[in-house]
Amino acid sequence: MRLGLVLSEVGQGLRRNLSMVVSVVLVTFISLTFVGAAMLLQMQITEMKSYWFDRAQVAVYLCTEFATIGGCEQQAATPEQIAQVEAQLESATLAPFIDTYYFETQEEAYANFQDQFAGTAAAELVSPEFLPPAFWVDLVDVDQSQILVDALGGLAGVESIEDERAYLDGVFDMLNASSITAVGIAALMLVAAVLLIATTIRLSAFSRRRELGIMRLVGASNRFIQTPFILEGVVAALIGSALAGVAIIAIVEFFVQGYLTEALPLTSLVGLDEALLVAPVLLVAGALLAAVSANVAITRYLRV
Amino acid sequence: MIRFEEVTKVYRGTARPALNGVSLEILSGEFVFLVGASGSGKSTFLRLVLKEEKPTSGSIHVLGQDLGAISSRKVPYFRRNLGVVFQDFRLLPNKTVFANVAFTLQVIGKSKGFIHEAVPDALRTVGLEGKEGRFPHELSGGEQQRVAIARALVNKPAIMLADEPTGNLDPATSAGIMTLLERINANGTTVIMATHDAGIVDRLQRRVIEVIGGRIVRDERGGGYQTQANPILSQNFGMPGSGAPAGATTVGSSTAGEPR
Repeated sequence: MRLGLVLSEVGQGLRRNLSMVVSVVLVTFISLTFVGAAMLLQMQITEMKSYWFDRAQVAVYLCTEFATIGGCEQQAATPEQIAQVEAQLESATLAPFIDTYYFETQEEAYANFQDQFAGTAAAELVSPEFLPPAFWVDLVDVDQSQILVDALGGLAGVESIEDERAYLDGVFDMLNASSITAVGIAALMLVAAVLLIATTIRLSAFSRRRELGIMRLVGASNRFIQTPFILEGVVAALIGSALAGVAIIAIVEFFVQGYLTEALPLTSLVGLDEALLVAPVLLVAGALLAAVSANVAITRYLRV
Repeated sequence: MIRFEEVTKVYRGTARPALNGVSLEILSGEFVFLVGASGSGKSTFLRLVLKEEKPTSGSIHVLGQDLGAISSRKVPYFRRNLGVVFQDFRLLPNKTVFANVAFTLQVIGKSKGFIHEAVPDALRTVGLEGKEGRFPHELSGGEQQRVAIARALVNKPAIMLADEPTGNLDPATSAGIMTLLERINANGTTVIMATHDAGIVDRLQRRVIEVIGGRIVRDERGGGYQTQANPILSQNFGMPGSGAPAGATTVGSSTAGEPR
């Protein structure tokens, strides 16, 4: 097969069908950008999960003078009650499930609170007596927080037992939902891209039907006839996916790293490494998609 | 070279077969005229030889190959042994004469060196030397048909199929094309030509196969365009299922299968 001839056919086809080629480029660009965004979101979720779930603790909040729920009757937990909770944590039944734990007094809780919310209105309103003292427990297996709830829930002086993962689950649900949305949009756009590529190739084949007819008549092999059309689709899609790759890298560089890192300083966010991983995947996906749909579209012209 | 055995072709959506139980044999080096009214099945016959269509029943052998057994991937390679010429020339308008002829060789992967030898050779054969750089619209109809013949010829096919090659040409130009086809035939290429041109058929006195309503009604060596002058008979043949009346034609006198 003569490469030069095939390539000149590809160039001719692309020029002849310029408006269709541009639309293929744009549609693959948009759809693969969504695919890339969904991939990045999933990576973000995995990263955050591994970061936060390792650090997630169970808080055993003890009563304050203002607490009315749980085992509290507007009475602060007495030192005896605190000792009793601690004894439970040390007991043979619970100890195997607990990695470490520590006690946080109201003053320490206040200091932490002031650290975390420094400069906000909340920091000025809160005083130490509003914040409950607490045991912070690191579990051996983060999934077993229910054991602590069962064992300590009824004790006098315990206000509530909260698994931090419950909050995280909400955040992850939200991230998951947006990533599924991105995948959904991407899927729809990809269907559009595939159909558009097929249509473009059919148009291109139609505009070259004289040549195709003669090629078939004189015995050009199917592969020789197909290749320029498939390459035409692949080139258009590759331009689109390259743009999508650039867009993904730009989003990570300027939006995630440039803006989000400042807005969410405590969160570990996806970086260029991940973006550079996603971009080639998009390129390959775009090329494959185009090759397959162009192949299907052109096969009709090769049937004997 | 070409053998049809009880070949019937019914196009989808039509009740009447385009070819109906056709058996014949065309030998190497023959010059065969395929005559008959429009829609009688001549083009279907040529398309079947090219394996552009599959027969509904019956078997076709071309160049020793059973066409039913050729996979669609192999069909292109089979077609390289055949040259085809049409009434409407089918040249590529944006390519020069040289490029049109070279196109055939390019798309079957021949080398540049081969193309630069074979194309001028083919153009010389058809009498178009010196016009390599012209575009089809700058040529007369006869010259365009010569380009088409050069294109069919350039790969040295064993069989040349011509579907009314003189249909668009005036008698003098047609005569020139026929001289060319005769010369190609004299060089050993089997030529099968579908035509309506009674003058040409009568003058050349070659093997004539007449098709009416999908059946061969005459297969005569050294025949003319029309030996059966009876139009009623033709009508009968045109009717589906009418069958051939005994002795009505020269079928019996044909010597199909026997070399000239």
